[in-house]
Amino acid sequence: MHEMSIAQAIVDQVEASSEARAGSTAHQVNLQVGELAGVVPDALRFGFDLVCEGTVLAGAELRIEPVPALAECGPCGTGWAPGMPPDLVCPTCGSGTGTELVSGRELQITAVHWSGGDIRVPRAEEL
Amino acid sequence: MCRVVELKQSVLARNDECAVALREELTARGTVVVNLLSSPGSGKTELLERELTLARERGLAVAALTADLATEHDAARLARSGVPVKQVLTDGLCHLEAHMMRAQLDGWLPDGTRLLFVENVGNLVCPAGYDLGETLRVVLASVTEGEDKPLKYPTAYGLANLVVVTKTDLAAAAAFDEAAFRANVVRVNPGVEVVLTSARDGLGVGTLLERAVAALEGGPVHRPVMARPAPHRHGGDGDPDAGHHHHDGPAHHGAGHEHQHSAPLR
Repeated sequence: MHEMSIAQAIVDQVEASSEARAGSTAHQVNLQVGELAGVVPDALRFGFDLVCEGTVLAGAELRIEPVPALAECGPCGTGWAPGMPPDLVCPTCGSGTGTELVSGRELQITAVHWSGGDIRVPRAEEL
Repeated sequence: MCRVVELKQSVLARNDECAVALREELTARGTVVVNLLSSPGSGKTELLERELTLARERGLAVAALTADLATEHDAARLARSGVPVKQVLTDGLCHLEAHMMRAQLDGWLPDGTRLLFVENVGNLVCPAGYDLGETLRVVLASVTEGEDKPLKYPTAYGLANLVVVTKTDLAAAAAFDEAAFRANVVRVNPGVEVVLTSARDGLGVGTLLERAVAALEGGPVHRPVMARPAPHRHGGDGDPDAGHHHHDGPAHHGAGHEHQHSAPLR
Protein backbone atom coordinates (compact mmCIF):
# COMPACT_ATOMS: atom_id res chain seq x y z
CA MET A 1 0.00 0.00 0.00
CA HIS A 2 2.13 2.85 -1.30
CA GLU A 3 -0.72 5.34 -0.80
CA MET A 4 0.77 5.97 2.65
CA SER A 5 4.03 7.02 0.99
CA ILE A 6 2.09 9.17 -1.49
CA ALA A 7 0.21 10.81 1.39
CA GLN A 8 3.50 11.45 3.18
CA ALA A 9 4.91 13.05 0.02
CA ILE A 10 1.89 15.39 -0.14
CA VAL A 11 2.31 16.39 3.49
CA ASP A 12 6.08 16.89 3.05
CA GLN A 13 5.51 19.21 0.10
CA VAL A 14 2.83 21.25 1.82
CA GLU A 15 4.91 21.51 5.01
CA ALA A 16 7.91 22.70 3.00
CA SER A 17 5.96 25.57 1.46
CA SER A 18 6.48 29.17 2.46
CA GLU A 19 2.94 29.43 3.86
CA ALA A 20 3.61 26.63 6.32
CA ARG A 21 6.82 28.36 7.39
CA ALA A 22 4.88 31.58 7.90
CA GLY A 23 2.72 29.78 10.45
CA SER A 24 -0.38 29.22 8.32
CA THR A 25 -2.61 26.18 8.65
CA ALA A 26 -3.70 24.21 5.62
CA HIS A 27 -7.30 23.09 5.71
CA GLN A 28 -7.73 21.74 2.20
CA VAL A 29 -5.50 20.18 -0.41
CA ASN A 30 -6.75 19.68 -3.96
CA LEU A 31 -5.22 16.79 -5.82
CA GLN A 32 -5.60 15.51 -9.36
CA VAL A 33 -5.43 11.75 -9.65
CA GLY A 34 -5.35 10.31 -13.16
CA GLU A 35 -7.22 7.14 -13.99
CA LEU A 36 -3.88 5.50 -14.80
CA ALA A 37 -1.86 6.97 -11.92
CA GLY A 38 -1.91 3.69 -10.05
CA VAL A 39 -3.30 5.30 -6.89
CA VAL A 40 -6.45 4.26 -5.06
CA PRO A 41 -8.28 7.40 -3.83
CA ASP A 42 -9.87 5.74 -0.78
CA ALA A 43 -6.56 4.31 0.39
CA LEU A 44 -4.95 7.69 -0.19
CA ARG A 45 -7.59 9.49 1.93
CA PHE A 46 -7.06 6.99 4.72
CA GLY A 47 -3.30 7.47 4.63
CA PHE A 48 -3.65 11.23 4.33
CA ASP A 49 -5.72 11.54 7.52
CA LEU A 50 -3.11 9.53 9.42
CA VAL A 51 -0.01 11.35 8.23
CA CYS A 52 -1.60 14.80 8.68
CA GLU A 53 -1.85 14.39 12.43
CA GLY A 54 0.48 16.72 14.26
CA THR A 55 1.34 18.74 11.14
CA VAL A 56 0.11 22.04 9.66
CA LEU A 57 -2.39 19.85 7.81
CA ALA A 58 -4.04 18.35 10.89
CA GLY A 59 -7.71 17.86 10.08
CA ALA A 60 -7.27 19.03 6.47
CA GLU A 61 -9.54 17.75 3.77
CA LEU A 62 -8.08 15.99 0.75
CA ARG A 63 -10.21 16.86 -2.25
CA ILE A 64 -9.47 14.47 -5.08
CA GLU A 65 -10.31 15.37 -8.66
CA PRO A 66 -10.28 12.26 -10.82
CA VAL A 67 -8.81 12.79 -14.29
CA PRO A 68 -10.09 10.41 -16.98
CA ALA A 69 -7.53 8.83 -19.28
CA LEU A 70 -7.51 10.04 -22.88
CA ALA A 71 -5.39 8.66 -25.69
CA GLU A 72 -4.70 9.89 -29.18
CA CYS A 73 -3.23 8.18 -32.21
CA GLY A 74 -0.46 10.29 -33.71
CA PRO A 75 -0.61 8.79 -37.23
CA CYS A 76 -4.41 8.83 -37.76
CA GLY A 77 -5.56 11.39 -35.20
CA THR A 78 -8.20 9.21 -33.53
CA GLY A 79 -8.90 10.09 -29.91
CA TRP A 80 -10.35 7.61 -27.44
CA ALA A 81 -10.84 6.81 -23.79
CA PRO A 82 -8.52 3.84 -23.18
CA GLY A 83 -10.40 2.79 -20.03
CA MET A 84 -9.06 0.73 -17.16
CA PRO A 85 -7.20 -1.48 -17.77
CA PRO A 86 -6.17 0.76 -20.64
CA ASP A 87 -6.33 -0.27 -24.27
CA LEU A 88 -3.62 1.85 -25.86
CA VAL A 89 -3.91 0.33 -29.33
CA CYS A 90 -5.69 2.68 -31.75
CA PRO A 91 -9.26 1.43 -32.35
CA THR A 92 -9.20 2.89 -35.88
CA CYS A 93 -5.86 1.98 -37.42
CA GLY A 94 -4.71 -0.77 -35.05
CA SER A 95 -1.36 0.91 -34.40
CA GLY A 96 -0.05 1.25 -30.91
CA THR A 97 3.37 2.70 -31.47
CA GLY A 98 2.07 6.16 -32.32
CA THR A 99 -0.25 6.40 -29.32
CA GLU A 100 0.05 9.41 -27.05
CA LEU A 101 -1.50 9.51 -23.63
CA VAL A 102 -3.09 12.94 -23.43
CA SER A 103 -4.18 12.55 -19.82
CA GLY A 104 -4.58 9.94 -17.12
CA ARG A 105 -1.17 9.83 -15.41
CA GLU A 106 -1.71 12.92 -13.25
CA LEU A 107 -0.76 12.80 -9.61
CA GLN A 108 -0.38 16.40 -8.65
CA ILE A 109 -1.32 18.98 -6.07
CA THR A 110 -3.35 21.71 -7.75
CA ALA A 111 -4.20 23.95 -4.78
CA VAL A 112 -3.71 24.38 -1.07
CA HIS A 113 -6.18 26.35 1.05
CA TRP A 114 -4.51 28.19 3.92
CA SER A 115 -5.67 30.19 6.89
CA GLY A 116 -3.92 32.22 9.59
CA GLY A 117 -0.22 32.99 9.80
CA ASP A 118 1.74 35.82 8.27
CA ILE A 119 0.15 36.45 4.90
CA ARG A 120 3.18 38.31 3.55
CA VAL A 121 4.67 35.20 2.10
CA PRO A 122 8.40 35.51 1.40
CA ARG A 123 9.47 35.09 -2.17
CA ALA A 124 10.82 31.68 -3.00
CA GLU A 125 14.28 33.08 -3.73
CA GLU A 126 14.39 34.69 -0.30
CA LEU A 127 14.12 31.36 1.46
CA MET B 1 -8.65 34.82 6.30
CA CYS B 2 -8.46 32.08 3.75
CA ARG B 3 -5.98 32.03 0.91
CA VAL B 4 -5.81 29.62 -1.94
CA VAL B 5 -2.45 28.85 -3.47
CA GLU B 6 -2.82 27.24 -6.85
CA LEU B 7 0.00 25.20 -8.19
CA LYS B 8 0.75 22.25 -10.36
CA GLN B 9 3.19 20.13 -8.53
CA SER B 10 3.76 16.43 -8.98
CA VAL B 11 3.31 14.61 -5.70
CA LEU B 12 6.33 12.49 -6.48
CA ALA B 13 8.45 15.43 -7.62
CA ARG B 14 11.04 14.82 -4.93
CA ASN B 15 11.46 11.19 -5.84
CA ASP B 16 11.62 12.04 -9.52
CA GLU B 17 14.20 14.78 -9.01
CA CYS B 18 16.31 12.46 -6.87
CA ALA B 19 16.00 9.75 -9.54
CA VAL B 20 16.99 12.11 -12.35
CA ALA B 21 20.03 13.29 -10.39
CA LEU B 22 21.02 9.72 -9.55
CA ARG B 23 20.67 8.66 -13.19
CA GLU B 24 22.89 11.53 -14.31
CA GLU B 25 25.44 10.80 -11.63
CA LEU B 26 25.58 7.10 -12.40
CA THR B 27 25.72 7.72 -16.13
CA ALA B 28 28.72 9.98 -15.51
CA ARG B 29 30.34 7.08 -13.61
CA GLY B 30 29.59 4.75 -16.52
CA THR B 31 26.93 2.79 -14.65
CA VAL B 32 23.46 1.91 -15.90
CA VAL B 33 20.70 0.72 -13.57
CA VAL B 34 18.26 -2.07 -14.42
CA ASN B 35 15.15 -2.09 -12.20
CA LEU B 36 13.45 -5.50 -11.97
CA LEU B 37 9.79 -5.62 -10.93
CA SER B 38 7.64 -8.68 -10.42
CA SER B 39 5.23 -10.47 -8.12
CA PRO B 40 6.68 -12.51 -5.27
CA GLY B 41 7.71 -15.93 -6.51
CA SER B 42 8.12 -14.99 -10.17
CA GLY B 43 11.58 -16.51 -10.28
CA LYS B 44 13.45 -13.26 -10.74
CA THR B 45 16.16 -14.13 -8.21
CA GLU B 46 16.96 -17.39 -9.99
CA LEU B 47 17.06 -15.74 -13.41
CA LEU B 48 19.12 -12.85 -12.05
CA GLU B 49 21.63 -15.25 -10.50
CA ARG B 50 22.11 -16.82 -13.92
CA GLU B 51 22.50 -13.45 -15.62
CA LEU B 52 25.00 -12.22 -13.02
CA THR B 53 27.04 -15.41 -13.38
CA LEU B 54 27.13 -14.96 -17.15
CA ALA B 55 28.26 -11.36 -16.75
CA ARG B 56 31.08 -12.39 -14.42
CA GLU B 57 32.19 -15.12 -16.82
CA ARG B 58 32.30 -12.53 -19.59
CA GLY B 59 34.36 -10.16 -17.45
CA LEU B 60 31.64 -7.51 -17.30
CA ALA B 61 31.60 -5.53 -14.04
CA VAL B 62 28.08 -5.92 -12.64
CA ALA B 63 26.55 -5.64 -9.18
CA ALA B 64 23.15 -6.27 -7.66
CA LEU B 65 20.96 -4.77 -4.99
CA THR B 66 18.11 -6.93 -3.79
CA ALA B 67 15.25 -5.53 -1.74
CA ASP B 68 12.97 -7.48 0.54
CA LEU B 69 10.81 -6.73 3.53
CA ALA B 70 12.83 -9.23 5.54
CA THR B 71 15.56 -11.92 5.32
CA GLU B 72 18.84 -11.91 3.44
CA HIS B 73 18.04 -15.08 1.52
CA ASP B 74 18.05 -13.43 -1.89
CA ALA B 75 21.41 -11.74 -1.35
CA ALA B 76 22.90 -15.10 -0.33
CA ARG B 77 21.54 -16.69 -3.51
CA LEU B 78 22.72 -13.88 -5.79
CA ALA B 79 26.15 -13.79 -4.14
CA ARG B 80 26.79 -17.31 -5.47
CA SER B 81 27.34 -15.62 -8.82
CA GLY B 82 30.52 -14.06 -7.40
CA VAL B 83 29.57 -10.44 -8.12
CA PRO B 84 29.10 -7.70 -5.48
CA VAL B 85 25.63 -8.04 -3.96
CA LYS B 86 23.87 -6.03 -1.29
CA GLN B 87 20.65 -6.83 0.51
CA VAL B 88 18.29 -3.96 1.26
CA LEU B 89 15.78 -4.63 4.03
CA THR B 90 12.84 -2.27 3.73
CA ASP B 91 11.41 -3.11 7.17
CA GLY B 92 7.98 -3.65 5.74
CA LEU B 93 7.94 -0.89 3.14
CA CYS B 94 6.45 -2.23 -0.06
CA HIS B 95 8.77 -0.51 -2.53
CA LEU B 96 12.12 1.20 -2.97
CA GLU B 97 12.38 4.96 -3.45
CA ALA B 98 15.15 6.89 -5.17
CA HIS B 99 16.61 8.36 -1.97
CA MET B 100 16.82 4.84 -0.51
CA MET B 101 18.73 3.75 -3.58
CA ARG B 102 21.14 6.61 -3.22
CA ALA B 103 21.74 5.82 0.45
CA GLN B 104 22.47 2.20 -0.41
CA LEU B 105 24.93 3.06 -3.17
CA ASP B 106 26.98 5.55 -1.17
CA GLY B 107 30.21 3.86 -0.17
CA TRP B 108 29.19 0.51 -1.60
CA LEU B 109 28.85 0.61 -5.38
CA PRO B 110 32.28 -0.47 -6.61
CA ASP B 111 34.01 1.92 -8.99
CA GLY B 112 33.87 0.70 -12.54
CA THR B 113 30.52 -1.05 -12.16
CA ARG B 114 28.89 -1.02 -15.57
CA LEU B 115 25.52 -2.55 -14.77
CA LEU B 116 23.66 -2.40 -11.49
CA PHE B 117 20.69 -4.75 -11.27
CA VAL B 118 18.08 -3.80 -8.69
CA GLU B 119 15.72 -6.54 -7.62
CA ASN B 120 12.82 -4.49 -6.31
CA VAL B 121 10.47 -5.69 -3.58
CA GLY B 122 8.26 -8.47 -4.96
CA ASN B 123 5.16 -6.40 -5.68
CA LEU B 124 3.59 -5.22 -8.93
CA VAL B 125 1.66 -2.30 -7.49
CA CYS B 126 3.75 0.03 -5.38
CA PRO B 127 7.22 -0.07 -6.99
CA ALA B 128 5.68 0.90 -10.33
CA GLY B 129 5.29 4.53 -9.29
CA TYR B 130 8.88 5.10 -8.23
CA ASP B 131 11.66 5.93 -10.64
CA LEU B 132 14.93 4.69 -9.11
CA GLY B 133 17.18 6.31 -11.68
CA GLU B 134 17.06 3.25 -13.89
CA THR B 135 17.62 3.25 -17.62
CA LEU B 136 15.91 -0.08 -18.14
CA ARG B 137 12.80 -1.09 -16.25
CA VAL B 138 11.97 -4.77 -16.60
CA VAL B 139 8.76 -6.50 -15.52
CA LEU B 140 8.96 -10.26 -15.06
CA ALA B 141 6.03 -12.67 -15.09
CA SER B 142 6.13 -16.41 -14.57
CA VAL B 143 3.95 -18.62 -16.75
CA THR B 144 2.09 -19.78 -13.65
CA GLU B 145 0.72 -16.30 -12.93
CA GLY B 146 -1.93 -16.18 -15.63
CA GLU B 147 -2.16 -14.43 -18.98
CA ASP B 148 -4.17 -11.52 -17.62
CA LYS B 149 -1.41 -10.23 -15.33
CA PRO B 150 -0.65 -7.25 -17.62
CA LEU B 151 -4.29 -6.16 -17.40
CA LYS B 152 -4.44 -6.59 -13.64
CA TYR B 153 -1.27 -4.55 -13.11
CA PRO B 154 -1.37 -2.06 -15.97
CA THR B 155 0.88 0.52 -14.32
CA ALA B 156 3.73 -1.95 -13.81
CA TYR B 157 3.41 -3.45 -17.28
CA GLY B 158 2.55 -0.15 -18.91
CA LEU B 159 5.79 1.49 -17.76
CA ALA B 160 8.15 -1.39 -18.59
CA ASN B 161 10.94 -1.04 -21.14
CA LEU B 162 11.14 -4.84 -21.39
CA VAL B 163 8.90 -7.75 -20.35
CA VAL B 164 10.46 -11.08 -19.38
CA VAL B 165 8.44 -14.29 -19.06
CA THR B 166 10.01 -16.76 -16.62
CA LYS B 167 9.62 -20.49 -15.88
CA THR B 168 8.63 -21.37 -19.44
CA ASP B 169 9.65 -24.97 -18.63
CA LEU B 170 6.35 -25.03 -16.71
CA ALA B 171 4.30 -23.53 -19.55
CA ALA B 172 2.58 -26.76 -20.58
CA ALA B 173 1.76 -27.75 -17.00
CA ALA B 174 0.36 -24.27 -16.34
CA ALA B 175 -1.50 -24.21 -19.69
CA PHE B 176 0.14 -20.84 -20.36
CA ASP B 177 -1.47 -19.12 -23.35
CA GLU B 178 1.46 -17.17 -24.76
CA ALA B 179 -0.57 -15.48 -27.49
CA ALA B 180 -3.12 -14.19 -24.97
CA PHE B 181 -0.36 -12.95 -22.69
CA ARG B 182 1.34 -11.12 -25.55
CA ALA B 183 -1.97 -9.57 -26.65
CA ASN B 184 -2.53 -8.27 -23.13
CA VAL B 185 0.98 -6.80 -23.01
CA VAL B 186 0.42 -5.05 -26.37
CA ARG B 187 -2.80 -3.56 -25.05
CA VAL B 188 -1.15 -1.75 -22.11
CA ASN B 189 2.30 -1.24 -23.61
CA PRO B 190 2.32 -1.40 -27.41
CA GLY B 191 5.72 -2.10 -28.89
CA VAL B 192 7.46 -3.45 -25.78
CA GLU B 193 9.61 -6.52 -26.33
CA VAL B 194 8.56 -9.77 -24.63
CA VAL B 195 11.37 -12.26 -23.91
CA LEU B 196 10.72 -15.90 -22.96
CA THR B 197 13.07 -17.47 -20.43
CA SER B 198 13.62 -20.55 -18.34
CA ALA B 199 16.41 -20.40 -15.79
CA ARG B 200 16.05 -24.17 -15.36
CA ASP B 201 16.64 -25.27 -18.95
CA GLY B 202 18.52 -22.18 -20.11
CA LEU B 203 16.03 -20.82 -22.64
CA GLY B 204 16.57 -17.11 -23.12
CA VAL B 205 19.17 -16.89 -20.35
CA GLY B 206 21.55 -14.10 -21.31
CA THR B 207 18.94 -12.05 -23.16
CA LEU B 208 18.33 -9.77 -20.18
CA LEU B 209 22.07 -9.18 -19.94
CA GLU B 210 22.23 -8.45 -23.68
CA ARG B 211 19.43 -5.89 -23.43
CA ALA B 212 21.11 -4.27 -20.43
CA VAL B 213 24.44 -4.10 -22.27
CA ALA B 214 22.68 -2.57 -25.29
CA ALA B 215 21.22 0.13 -23.02
CA LEU B 216 24.64 0.65 -21.46
CA GLU B 217 26.12 1.19 -24.91
CA GLY B 218 23.53 3.83 -25.64
CA GLY B 219 21.25 1.70 -27.81
CA PRO B 220 17.58 2.63 -28.17
CA VAL B 221 15.34 1.76 -25.24
CA HIS B 222 11.62 1.20 -25.77
CA ARG B 223 9.58 4.15 -24.53
CA PRO B 224 6.19 3.03 -23.20
CA VAL B 225 3.11 5.06 -24.13
CA MET B 226 2.32 5.54 -20.44
CA ALA B 227 5.80 6.94 -19.78
CA ARG B 228 5.75 9.49 -22.58
CA PRO B 229 5.01 13.09 -21.77
CA ALA B 230 1.56 14.26 -22.72
CA PRO B 231 1.51 16.25 -25.97
CA HIS B 232 1.61 19.94 -25.17
CA ARG B 233 -0.87 20.99 -27.81
CA HIS B 234 -3.69 19.88 -25.51
CA GLY B 235 -2.61 22.45 -23.01
CA GLY B 236 -2.94 20.27 -19.95
CA ASP B 237 0.54 20.21 -18.53
CA GLY B 238 2.60 22.40 -20.73
CA ASP B 239 3.44 25.36 -18.53
CA PRO B 240 6.14 24.46 -16.07
CA ASP B 241 5.53 27.63 -14.09
CA ALA B 242 1.81 27.28 -13.79
CA GLY B 243 1.74 27.81 -10.03
CA HIS B 244 0.40 31.14 -8.87
CA HIS B 245 -1.12 32.71 -5.79
CA HIS B 246 -4.52 34.26 -5.42
CA HIS B 247 -2.86 36.86 -3.22
CA ASP B 248 0.41 38.73 -3.29
CA GLY B 249 3.64 36.86 -3.74
CA PRO B 250 4.80 34.13 -6.04
CA ALA B 251 4.12 30.47 -5.44
CA HIS B 252 6.91 28.98 -3.45
CA HIS B 253 6.30 25.71 -5.20
CA GLY B 254 6.87 27.45 -8.50
CA ALA B 255 7.81 24.88 -11.04
CA GLY B 256 5.16 22.30 -11.73
CA HIS B 257 6.65 19.02 -12.69
CA GLU B 258 5.26 16.41 -14.99
CA HIS B 259 5.40 13.05 -13.28
CA GLN B 260 7.43 10.79 -15.47
CA HIS B 261 9.01 7.41 -15.05
CA SER B 262 10.59 7.14 -18.39
CA ALA B 263 14.17 6.27 -18.95
CA PRO B 264 16.24 9.05 -20.44
CA LEU B 265 16.21 9.41 -24.17
CA ARG B 266 19.26 7.89 -25.69
